[in-house]
Amino acid sequence: MEYFIELFFSGLTRGSIYALIALGYTMVYGIIGLINFAHGEIYMIGAFTSFIVATVLSILGFPLLAIFVIAALAAAVWSSAYGFTVEKLAYKPLRNAPRLSPLISAIGMSIFLQNYVLLAQTSDFMPFPQLIPEFGFMEPIAGIIGSSDLVILLTTAVVMVILTWLIKFTRIGKAMRATAQDRTMAMLVGINVNHVISVTFIIGSALAAIGGLLIASHVGQINFFIGFIAGIKAFTAAVLGGIGSIPGAVLGSFILGLTEAFATGYVSSDYEDVFAFSLLVLILIFRPSGLLGKATIEKV
Amino acid sequence: MISLKDLKNAFLVSLWFVFLTFPLMVIKVNPFERTIDWRWQNMGYVAAGSFICYLASRFFLASKAAKQKKQKLLDIPDKPKSDWQQRLLSEPRLYLPVLGVILAILLIFPQIFSTYQINIMITALMYVVLGLGLNIVVGVAGLLDLGYVAFYAVGAYSYALLNLHFGLGFWAVLPIGGLLAAGFGIILGFPVLRLRGDYLAIVTLGFGEIIRLILENWNDFSRGPSGISNIPRPGFFGMEMTLNQSISYLYYLMIALVIFTIFVVNRLQNSRIGRAWFALREDEIACQAMGIDKTRTKLSAFSLGAFWAGMVGVIFAAKTTFVNPASFTFLESAIILCIVVLGGMGSIIGVIIAALILMLLPEYLRAFSDYRMLVFGATLVLMMVFCPLGIISTVRRTYTIDKNLKTSNDREDYT
Repeated sequence: MEYFIELFFSGLTRGSIYALIALGYTMVYGIIGLINFAHGEIYMIGAFTSFIVATVLSILGFPLLAIFVIAALAAAVWSSAYGFTVEKLAYKPLRNAPRLSPLISAIGMSIFLQNYVLLAQTSDFMPFPQLIPEFGFMEPIAGIIGSSDLVILLTTAVVMVILTWLIKFTRIGKAMRATAQDRTMAMLVGINVNHVISVTFIIGSALAAIGGLLIASHVGQINFFIGFIAGIKAFTAAVLGGIGSIPGAVLGSFILGLTEAFATGYVSSDYEDVFAFSLLVLILIFRPSGLLGKATIEKV
Repeated sequence: MISLKDLKNAFLVSLWFVFLTFPLMVIKVNPFERTIDWRWQNMGYVAAGSFICYLASRFFLASKAAKQKKQKLLDIPDKPKSDWQQRLLSEPRLYLPVLGVILAILLIFPQIFSTYQINIMITALMYVVLGLGLNIVVGVAGLLDLGYVAFYAVGAYSYALLNLHFGLGFWAVLPIGGLLAAGFGIILGFPVLRLRGDYLAIVTLGFGEIIRLILENWNDFSRGPSGISNIPRPGFFGMEMTLNQSISYLYYLMIALVIFTIFVVNRLQNSRIGRAWFALREDEIACQAMGIDKTRTKLSAFSLGAFWAGMVGVIFAAKTTFVNPASFTFLESAIILCIVVLGGMGSIIGVIIAALILMLLPEYLRAFSDYRMLVFGATLVLMMVFCPLGIISTVRRTYTIDKNLKTSNDREDYT
C-alpha cells in the first residue's frame, strides 16, 4: 500500500510538471491553432538559464532561498523573451500561410534552439544545484513524498490558480478567450490580436520555464536534449485532455503522469515512454478530440 | 535604400538579441570546479550578426515589395515565378539532353570518385527515395506523417532479423521488407483515419517513437541498443566482390531504385488514385462527396509511402552492415520531412534536388560540421518565411477534354 501511495505521489509530481508545459501548448493551440514544436525547447532554455544563474549565484555565495527566487525569475524572464522572439520570427510571418508551413517552421525552430544551446553551452549532462532543501517537517513521510515533490505540487497548484484567475477575470484573459473563439471577430471588436498572441506566448513560456526549473532541481541534472521528450510528452498530455482546453491539459497531464508512474512501478521501467504514447493512440482512437475537447463539426 | 529609421530599428533589434542571448552565450559555468567563464566577445558577435541580419531581411522584403508594386503599376499579370523551370520540365526537347547528361555523370561517377564519395552519394540517393516515398503521404495526399522513420526501421530490421534467423539474402528481403513496412503503414493507418491534421501528426510521431523504443528495449527480439551487426552486403549471383566493388554495385543498385521510384511515383500521381490523393489533400468533404473512398485512399497513401521506406531500410542495413535503434530517431523523420517541404510539396524534381542539397552540402561543409544542424533548423524557418512553396513549386496539371474526340470516363488528353 505504501508503495502504491509513493507511486501515486510520484505520478502527481510528473503530472504537474507535464501540466506546466502542456498549458503553453494548449494555450497557443487554442489561439492560433499551431503545434508549437519549439515549446519543449523553451522549457529547456528555462532550465538552462536557471542552471546558469543558480550556479553563478551559488559560486558568489548567495543564500539558498535567494538563489531559488532569482533563478526562477531569470528563467521565467528569459524563457518568455525567447518565446516572444520565436513567435515574432517564425510564426507571425506565416499567420495566413497553409497549415503545414508554421508547423515546419516550428520544427526548424526546435532544431535550431537545441543546437544553439548545444553550441553555446555544452553537450554534457550538467549537475543542477539542489535548490529545494530537505524540510525537517517532512522527515516522517520522506519515504513516500519528498520535499521537492511537495514544492512542485504546491507551486503547480498556485500557478494553476493564478492562471485560472488571469484567464477568467482579467481584461487580457477575456481578450485571449475571445481571440481563441474567433480571431476575425475579436479584431472587429477592437482587440489587438497580435498583442494577445504575444502575451499568450509569454505566459506559456514562463510556465514552461518554471516547470524546467522545478524538474531540473528535482532530477538534479540537465542537458540540451531534455526539451524534446518533455515537449512531446506534454503535448501528448495536452492532446489527451483535448487540445485548446486548459482544464483538459491539466487533466491530461495528471492522467499521463499517473499512468507512467504506475506502469513503470508495476510493469517495467524500460517501456515508460511506450506507455505514454500507447495511451495517446488509444484515447485518440476512441475520442478523437481528446477527453475534454469539443468535437468540431466541419461545416461546408 | 536603407533609411535612418531602419538603422535605428536594427540597433534596437541587436540590443534585444544581446539581452536575449546573454545568459546562454556569454556566461559559461563549470559547476565541478566552480568557475565562471565570461565570454564577452560572443556578445559582440550576436550584436553584429543580428544587426546585419535585420538589415538584410529589410532589404529583401523591400525589394520584393517594390517588385510587386512595379508589376501592379505596369499591369503585368502575376507571372508564375518559375517560368523557365516549368518550360524546361514540360518540353521533352529541352529536358531530355539535360537528363541524358545527368544520367551519364551518375553512371561514370563511381569510376571517377573515391569510395568515400560514392558512399556519400549512396546515402544521398537513399534520401531521395525516402523523400519521394514521404512525398506520396505528405506532399500528395496531405497527411502529415512525423513518424516516417518507423517504416524505414521496419525495413532495416526485417533484413537484419530475417538474415540472422533464417539466412535470407538481400534480394529476397528487399520486397519482403517493403511489404512488411507497407503492412505497418496499414496498421498505423487504420486507427488514425478519423484524426485531423495535427492529431495525425502527433500520433504518427508517437508511433515512430514506439517502434524505436520497442527496438531499443526488447532485447530478445532486436538485441536492444547494441544492435545487429555483420549483415551481409547485397550479392550479385553469388559473385565474390571486394569492398570497393560491392560499394559501386550498391551505388548502381541505388540509381536503379531511384529511377524505378521516379517512374512509379510519376505514374501514380497521374493515375486515378493519384488524383484522388490530390483531391483528398485539398478538401476531404468535397472529396467524399465526389464518391472517393476516403478509407481506401488514405490507407493506400500510407502503405505505398511506407513501402519505399521499407525498401530503403533494407538497403540501409545492407550498406552499413549494422543496424541499431539510434539510427531511427525523430530527427531522421524531421530531415525527410524537410526534404519534402523544401522541395515543394508534391514536386518530384524538387524533392530530388532538396534531398541532394540537404544530404550533400553538410558532407562537403565538414569544416562547419558543428553548425550543421543549427543551419539546418534555421534554413527550415527561413525557407518557410521567405519561400514557402519550396525550391520548385508544383504546377497543377490541367486536363482539357477535346470535344471532337469521344472520351471515355477514364481517359483524358492533356496538353
